[in-house]
Amino acid sequence: MLCDVCKKNTATVFLTQIVDGKMQKVNLCESCSKEKGVTDPTSFAFLDLLQGLGTAQVIAKTQPSLRCPTCGFSLGDFKKTGRLGCSRCFETFSENVASLLKTVHRGTRHLGKIPNRSAQIRDVSRRIEVLQEDLRKAVDAENYESAAAIRDIIRQLQSSASQN
Amino acid sequence: MNFDDLLHDPGEWLNSAPTAHPVVISSRVRLARNLVNHPFPGWAKKAERIEVLHRIKPALLSLPALEHSFGSDMNELSPVQKQILVERHLISVEHAGKGVGSAVAINAPATISIMVNEEDHLRMQALRPGFDLDSAFDAISLVDDQLDAQLEFAFDSDIGFLTACPTNVGTGMRASAMLHLPGLVLADQINQIIQSVNKIGLAVRGIHGEGTEALGNLFQISNQTTLGESEYDILRRLKEIIHTVIKHEHNARRKLVSEKLATLRDQVGRAYGILCHSWSISSKEALNLLSLIKLGLDLGAFPKEFRREVDALMTTSQPAHLQKLTDEKLAADERDRLRAFIIREKLKSFPSPDTSSFGEEQAASA
Repeated sequence: MLCDVCKKNTATVFLTQIVDGKMQKVNLCESCSKEKGVTDPTSFAFLDLLQGLGTAQVIAKTQPSLRCPTCGFSLGDFKKTGRLGCSRCFETFSENVASLLKTVHRGTRHLGKIPNRSAQIRDVSRRIEVLQEDLRKAVDAENYESAAAIRDIIRQLQSSASQN
Repeated sequence: MNFDDLLHDPGEWLNSAPTAHPVVISSRVRLARNLVNHPFPGWAKKAERIEVLHRIKPALLSLPALEHSFGSDMNELSPVQKQILVERHLISVEHAGKGVGSAVAINAPATISIMVNEEDHLRMQALRPGFDLDSAFDAISLVDDQLDAQLEFAFDSDIGFLTACPTNVGTGMRASAMLHLPGLVLADQINQIIQSVNKIGLAVRGIHGEGTEALGNLFQISNQTTLGESEYDILRRLKEIIHTVIKHEHNARRKLVSEKLATLRDQVGRAYGILCHSWSISSKEALNLLSLIKLGLDLGAFPKEFRREVDALMTTSQPAHLQKLTDEKLAADERDRLRAFIIREKLKSFPSPDTSSFGEEQAASA
């Protein structure tokens, strides 16, 4: 039996893992198993390995030339590494990422911890949205004094947000 | 704190008191985080990785949890030092391969370790002896909050924390417990158990060969999904599964005592005999035999105070730990002889196994 990764050497390490009720098997040669860190699965995620072998390749077939404007990463690179280039890649390749997340996770919405800092930033942008709506209403009502006050608050929030 | 100080203290998780859990060796929770506006380490150029490291370092130095810690750039560690950190589970195999632009910080009791520029900008883990995932999570979550106050993490309100590998997106959390399951292995039930653990991935540690025969009968159970559930729910589900496995392990041990007592005594006695008298022993054989000594200890063949010695040997008999003892580069056969010597010396303080009480201990713990 040949190694699933290099497809050259004889496989000597056989891994079996059950993930969400599905049995998954990977056969590796000694050097690939070392390279993938299989000898120490404390750091080793079986799914990551499968990603490199299968899912990423399927996904990369769609638009291999699409590139992330921030870091220059392409779906072709994803096919090779099974990893993304930067946090912006999640926007650039959102469609591909979304379908992948659907297959490997239990849900598609984050229900865990929210970092304080980005929560604050999000609060600010939400508040700005609300204030902009208020501003529009004030202008419509020709209440220019209020409108000016609201505009000042919005500017203040925007400048403090950009400083952060 | 320097590297030798870190080594001198075997780590809090190794200090297993007599009350240590008979099945769960250690609990670990790891969080993956990345900074916004910086490429992930695997895609970043060297200069970009160094810049990220420069941004992260001051934040790490300000952490109360890392006071008097050990910290080093990866390029400043020797291959043996790196391997020792791997054998202690303080860094990953992948991280051991890193050089300039990557770093590690470990607190004095070695309960918290933080890798900078591994697969993600930050991989931080808390380790606890025994079955204690909650306190491991609390400890690392606090570190996360403190770093979050100083660094801006890549986060999306829909899909959570953004990580280099899509399998970690969301909570970025991998929680795991290292289980010692000699009962299930000896009773030939381990494959069944692995297959019936159908909701959470059961990662098997250190397989050399077909199936699920693990080194030292050690198995690791961890969550494999990170999105769609809160940390709390992931931990709850994982703990339920682990509780079930622990129950099966106890049942298997009880069954072995009542149905295969002679075999069990034979196995523990032979393990002790070989370890006391071998002059050359591989890491694999040593781990498997030490596992049987540990099982014997759980069943009452050795006084409980020796548990710590057995657990320590399982780590200190590994290759890099042996290499650290000498300046000369050891070949594999030289390591095998040194390993046999160290184990022989250690076991001299042990009384001969008293397997007559097997069964009573099990009955008491039932």
